[in-house]
Amino acid sequence: MPTFFERRQLVVPGDLLAEGDYVAGENTFKSNNKIYASRIGLVEYEDNKVNVVALRAFYIPRVGDTVIGTVVEVGFNGWVVDINAPYLALLRASEVLNRSFKPQKDDLTQVLDVGDLVVAKIASYDRTHNPQLSVDEPGLGKITRGQIVKITPTKIPRVIGKKGSMISMIKQETGCHIILGQNGIILITGKSPEDEELAIMAIHKIEEEAHTTGLTDRILQLIRKEKEKKGGLKT
Amino acid sequence: MSQKTEKLIDKKGLRIDGRKPDELRPIKIEVGVLSNADGSAYIEQGKNKILAAVYGPKELHPKHLALPDRMVLRCRYHMAPFSVQERKSPAPSRREIELSKVIREAIEPAVFVEYYPRTAVDIFIEVLQADGSTRCTSITAASLALADAGIPMRDLVAACSAGKVEDMIVLDLNDVEDKVGTADVPVAYMPNLGVITLLQMDGILTSEEFEKAVNLAIEGCMKIYAMQREALKAKYVSVKEVEE
Amino acid sequence: MTAATTVVRVKQKQIAQLIAKGKRLDGRGLTDYREIKIEQGIIERAEGSAKVLLGKTEVMVGVKIETGEPFPDTPNEGVLTVNAELVPLASPTFEPGPPDENSIELARVVDRGIRESKAIDLEKLCITPGKKVFVIFVDIYVLNHDGNLIDASALAAMTALLNTKMFNYEVENGEVKIKPGYTPLPVRRHPVAVTFAKINDRLVVDPWLEEEQIMDARLTITTDDDGNICAVQKGGSGCFTPKQVFEAVQIAKEKAAEIRKKLGW
Repeated sequence: MPTFFERRQLVVPGDLLAEGDYVAGENTFKSNNKIYASRIGLVEYEDNKVNVVALRAFYIPRVGDTVIGTVVEVGFNGWVVDINAPYLALLRASEVLNRSFKPQKDDLTQVLDVGDLVVAKIASYDRTHNPQLSVDEPGLGKITRGQIVKITPTKIPRVIGKKGSMISMIKQETGCHIILGQNGIILITGKSPEDEELAIMAIHKIEEEAHTTGLTDRILQLIRKEKEKKGGLKT
Repeated sequence: MSQKTEKLIDKKGLRIDGRKPDELRPIKIEVGVLSNADGSAYIEQGKNKILAAVYGPKELHPKHLALPDRMVLRCRYHMAPFSVQERKSPAPSRREIELSKVIREAIEPAVFVEYYPRTAVDIFIEVLQADGSTRCTSITAASLALADAGIPMRDLVAACSAGKVEDMIVLDLNDVEDKVGTADVPVAYMPNLGVITLLQMDGILTSEEFEKAVNLAIEGCMKIYAMQREALKAKYVSVKEVEE
Repeated sequence: MTAATTVVRVKQKQIAQLIAKGKRLDGRGLTDYREIKIEQGIIERAEGSAKVLLGKTEVMVGVKIETGEPFPDTPNEGVLTVNAELVPLASPTFEPGPPDENSIELARVVDRGIRESKAIDLEKLCITPGKKVFVIFVDIYVLNHDGNLIDASALAAMTALLNTKMFNYEVENGEVKIKPGYTPLPVRRHPVAVTFAKINDRLVVDPWLEEEQIMDARLTITTDDDGNICAVQKGGSGCFTPKQVFEAVQIAKEKAAEIRKKLGW
């Protein structure tokens, strides 16, 4: 049962990763008892399972995910939301209004209009139906202020860090409120635009160096250095 | 194909551009060259200069064209008006429509189309300068653009032509060889599974010559495949270095 | 092709299982053609015409001849133009409108076989070098689609060309003057296209519609009278091993020779 790469080595689609009694994990496939990569990424061998951590991938909705999307269409009983996925998501009017929707009376554009940003959860999704969104939890709904950053969705876990260490560090150092959409869209709301810029810079740096070690420390140093440069922020 | 008297193979057995019969033209590949596209690649093979871009997967419009159990792959092969000696009308020709179809069918076996039902992926190929065997060079670039877009694939597809020029079976025809030679055999190949995904031929060949040409083209595909993988990895080499 | 042509799943399975055993649903062997019926000269207004029935697939071809300018790179040769129409009455999947990629591919594969085998002596169609030549329009008209349009169309095109009469003429002050009587079009080769479908990793010759709908890929090999290959086209979103391709070449040569013998070509 040989394997053909070192752990965390860069592989491309079609690379033979392992042969024999292995299980094909994420971004791999099995053919004739051989496991190949199906995406560009870093290979991981865990016990008898072979995974590729993709460097290039797009967001595929999963029920329960928090996502940030843009309203692209106002329909007659709800909104169509672009959630940076191959499928557009639907947000029903009754879901937002918290009561049944009266087409004669309610003007949906008053609630959410084209171009508005929303934080929502994926309520349902399968192969045959587009994802449905829900906003019935605190913190979900229309976004009124803050800045948006878009990163490769596969790198969201890195922004969170081990047990949330990375994200809580950034929140603490910049004083910003940060919402991570699993779809690769991040909302940053700070006391001042400078604070927000600082957090955005840190997130971009994480995206660039997502596959390096000791990242949390380096990002911390980076933020502190930038703060000093700007003569200290009031956080 | 016409019968010019120009010598295409010299006394030493070298071709009009100095290549040996089984030699590829110089190839330069770059991945991720367009910021708007989800995936892209640029390739030069001889004087061929070709850009490929991939958009998607995304919702398919009009919706009735969407398939309930798989992704729809669409491909447009297009030549820029200035890509050839005499200006080409930008309207798609019958040749371009046929090539768009065979290129799509050459790439489709590599893509896990069943993963994303009801979606579409668009492949746009622009031939900026044409120098023979453009369909093969286009396939090589398009398959890299797909990988760059993060579309799950069974393998990269490499493509290369072979043909007959003055009684000799040669690899990777250039423009003159393509136009004046006796036969042209473009081949696309998926090395992992050992299968041919594009095969065309025009000209006249005996079945022995045809077999020889197909096998030579596959050898060319294997060399190009190695370059494809290198080009794809080169884009992420910085990531790798930091890590080590 | 659209969902309207979906083959019932049970039948798909049946077709595939039979092929695995070397048999086919309509009783043919894997390399057998359906019955070929040929009619010539059925359209009086055309200079040449033919209708081919390949099983239930029905294709008509009309040949028209006009005068026109030669291509700049072949000033001494007449011009051959092949066009194909998937007429809406031939199948629920054919839509009215400009030629789509399927009809363009069909026309170009038939064209390639005729052109590359040098079936027509185009130099004999030159009137004034660089200025005026005969233009041969081959129009393929698919009347009923029951699979393997390429082979049926290629046969119909060659039959029509063999049936084509050119008017006699003389050139007076650069003008073409028609004289009484006709001469046959100078046809010297007889290319035959043989198409394979790959189903369950096996090759079958002359697929009918339901086989085409479940096939992984298609391969057409056109050979000339000497058994040389003059055109190849792979179609469909599947693939072939090199071994399958070379096997197909041998079968195509045999089948084409059989057809030529049968038609007296």
